[in-house]
Amino acid sequence: MKIQELLALVDGKVVTSSDYNSYDIEYGLASDLMSDVLTFDVENSILITGLANLQTIRTLEMSDIECVIIARNKKVTPEMIELANEKQITIIDSPYTIFRISGILYENGIKPLY
Amino acid sequence: MMQFEYKVEGGDFTNAGNASSEVKKILKKLNVSPKITRRVVVALYEAEVNIVAHAYRGDIIVEIDTEKIRIQLNDEGPGIDSIEQAMTEGFSTASEQVREMGFGAGMGLPNINRNADELNITSEIGKGTNLEIITYLNKEN
Repeated sequence: MKIQELLALVDGKVVTSSDYNSYDIEYGLASDLMSDVLTFDVENSILITGLANLQTIRTLEMSDIECVIIARNKKVTPEMIELANEKQITIIDSPYTIFRISGILYENGIKPLY
Repeated sequence: MMQFEYKVEGGDFTNAGNASSEVKKILKKLNVSPKITRRVVVALYEAEVNIVAHAYRGDIIVEIDTEKIRIQLNDEGPGIDSIEQAMTEGFSTASEQVREMGFGAGMGLPNINRNADELNITSEIGKGTNLEIITYLNKEN
């Protein structure tokens, strides 16, 4: 699934300036626990989280995950945006809950890993 | 052989991950495979966060040769009471602040172990902890 398509599904807004047109999402995980995210080793994945801090972005960088949805419009700080832009990571803000976003993505063919 | 050194400050969550990020850049430049790079930086990042979360300060020394990447993390801190217990998934002594950052669920050392070809830990109570993480470059896992 392309990010453009995903945005419409989750009422999402991209807050970073990285180019996301070529990113094709196949797998998803929802977690607020970064150690959990670090065990997720597949390409083309997306994280859905309620945790909005610098370590969220660092974790994505180490895990090679290029896209994250921050659920329930948590405050994305300028530092997070700056780091995400530097690392070519796309941050999407969504007003929906982690539960709702996960359900929508699952229904639309995004696969779980475990 | 190449050697790189980084300093880590305990409690400095803003900069936690800087060393791991630098190492990732270096490995990419050296054309290390994405799979091995990922294993190295995930292990290193968990270990770097451990220093920030538990120690007062620490040094990270990364040595790269044609066969392997050897990372040493030496910290000054409270040390680990029981390494066996610390290696158990779910065991954690992390503070509320660490948990708020998305860590502290007792997965750090098990994650490091899973991503390392060799892991050696020594620790002295009241002094600090030393980790050695070795990853072989010619061994795809």
